[in-house]
Amino acid sequence: MATFTKEQYITWFEQMMLMRRFEEKSAQLYGQQKIKGFCHLYIGQEAVVAGTMSVINKEDKLITAYRDHAHALACGIPAREVMAELYGKATGCSKGKGGSMHMFSKEHNFFGGHGIVGGQIPLGAGIAFADMYRGGKQVTVCYMGDGAVRQGALHEAFNMAMIWKLPVIFICENNGYAMGTSVKRTTNVMDIWKLGLAYDMPSKEVDGMNCESVHEAIAEAVDRGRKGDGPTFLEIRTYRYRGHSMSDPAKYRTKEEVEEYKQQDPIEQVRKVILDNNYATQADLDAIEEKIGAVIQDSVEFSENSPWPDASELYTDVYMEPNYPFINE
Amino acid sequence: MRVIQFREALREAMNEEMRRDNDVFLMGEEVAEYNGAYKVSQGMLDEFGEKRIIDTPIAELGFAGIGVGAAMNGLRPIIEFMTFNFSLVAIDQVINAAAKMYQMSGGQFNIPMVFRGPTGSAGQLGAQHSQAFENWYANCPGLKVVVPSNPYDAKGLLKTAIRDNDPVIFMESEQMYGDKGEVPEEEYLIPIGKADIKREGTDVTIVSFGKIMKVALAAAEELAAENISVEVIDLRTVRPIDYDTVIESVKKTNRLIIVEEAWPLASISTEITYMVQKRAFDYLDAPITRITTADTPLGYAPTFVAEFLPSVPKVVKAVKDVLYK
Repeated sequence: MATFTKEQYITWFEQMMLMRRFEEKSAQLYGQQKIKGFCHLYIGQEAVVAGTMSVINKEDKLITAYRDHAHALACGIPAREVMAELYGKATGCSKGKGGSMHMFSKEHNFFGGHGIVGGQIPLGAGIAFADMYRGGKQVTVCYMGDGAVRQGALHEAFNMAMIWKLPVIFICENNGYAMGTSVKRTTNVMDIWKLGLAYDMPSKEVDGMNCESVHEAIAEAVDRGRKGDGPTFLEIRTYRYRGHSMSDPAKYRTKEEVEEYKQQDPIEQVRKVILDNNYATQADLDAIEEKIGAVIQDSVEFSENSPWPDASELYTDVYMEPNYPFINE
Repeated sequence: MRVIQFREALREAMNEEMRRDNDVFLMGEEVAEYNGAYKVSQGMLDEFGEKRIIDTPIAELGFAGIGVGAAMNGLRPIIEFMTFNFSLVAIDQVINAAAKMYQMSGGQFNIPMVFRGPTGSAGQLGAQHSQAFENWYANCPGLKVVVPSNPYDAKGLLKTAIRDNDPVIFMESEQMYGDKGEVPEEEYLIPIGKADIKREGTDVTIVSFGKIMKVALAAAEELAAENISVEVIDLRTVRPIDYDTVIESVKKTNRLIIVEEAWPLASISTEITYMVQKRAFDYLDAPITRITTADTPLGYAPTFVAEFLPSVPKVVKAVKDVLYK
């Protein structure tokens, strides 16, 4: 049963396929040492971001942790700029100063990828605070992983978000593992969504392998935020097919478990709806994939041909004040 | 000129800036209904209302982060720590978020905010309430660190800090809030990063900042009675440091003493010592001397307080030592 429009399914397919192909390319480029540092892939989790994007507006704000390439792409940052940032080039969305974990775009209301687990949770509340302070109707979507919910920052931010009714949607992308440590090894409360209940925050569990269920949960939360009724906490259960980062062989889980989730692949679910309902033919979908392939190829060429930031750029963008007297002796 | 308390000078600075700019707000523990733990924000709730003067739960990490997020989204928060001892549970948001955001985002998200509150010891408060972290914060690029020593400087510097587009750590003292000093009625600003020569002299230079300036000035006064002329420089800002003013003075006096409430290792005085030996080595007629706190946590008993802190007798002795008297 299709519950959304044909256009919506096609958009989801397109968006998620861009994320997946982009990440696959990133993995390949990492292997070739074109991309350095830490690199955390989003493959398998695409429906969480896609199901958000179909609800929110351009004026709404997004913030997440370091697994942020897909969020950046979905916000509308061109693939060229995301890829160039992975390369560390001056043309990247953070001018080569952020790298994989720190994509940002003020223009696209993407408040960044953040590297300290849970640190972005109070930031998300603060972004929402500012919109409410100015009387705006925007909401902030603040993502975190299942590891982040063990940080004190979450509890402090949840409490204040509730007492001040901040228009923020906290999303735990529960992929089952905080790096190599499974959820069940870190808590006696396996239902992460129940943490919100300690603060009387409307909270629930959502199937994160499915765009439709994510969309519906987010829509309800966004509505609550816009009406001034405060925050929502969603535990969106998802799965990453790859390791925590590029250096993780993921020996802490079984092949069977990974296979089980691949059977519920979010992109394949959308593909099935499209084909079953004759919203598009397989040839149409192949053409979309081909177009995405070209976008990604272009992003790689763009990155290859872009310059590194000049070493002198190390001293810019540290302070907004011009001519800050750095110590250099 | 009229005379007001240090806490009143801070309050005037915040009131004036909040009247001038609706994006400025004050958030912290007990700042609103209680009128401030040290009465700095007295009356501000009445004037600006609960939307802009905001009491928080005891959750420094959380409200520091909410402040940084609000600053990313265009507001100009003033976050009050009841003391900077408590800022340690919030330090992730100060160092990893506020100080890094502008660079990490390639210059897209600046953080125009102030973290303020008292620093250092304030009598017999025990080890956890008696710490000075000026050098910790000063170590971190991306921050500016201001430590005023009197009401006039406090007002002018706080107004500048609130208007600054970068994150500013603004450190006060429980033992200064009641200090009185001349503060004009008319508006003025004091630039961040400029030291101030609080007393001119020719024989020895003493550099200090914040509350310990009281010790430095009292020592200089006592030494004047013995015909020893001391120049006393108030750094006012410890990031950036106004090295030029210090070095010019050392070139004149040829002797330098740095007095600071901080543990000795990697203190501000250590840094100044490096820079002076590097840039004015040939001008020195005696080894640079620093007077810091003891290299221990500060225990409770009064004997410990006297032993731990820089004091007038310690400074007087150091001055005579570098003069070989």
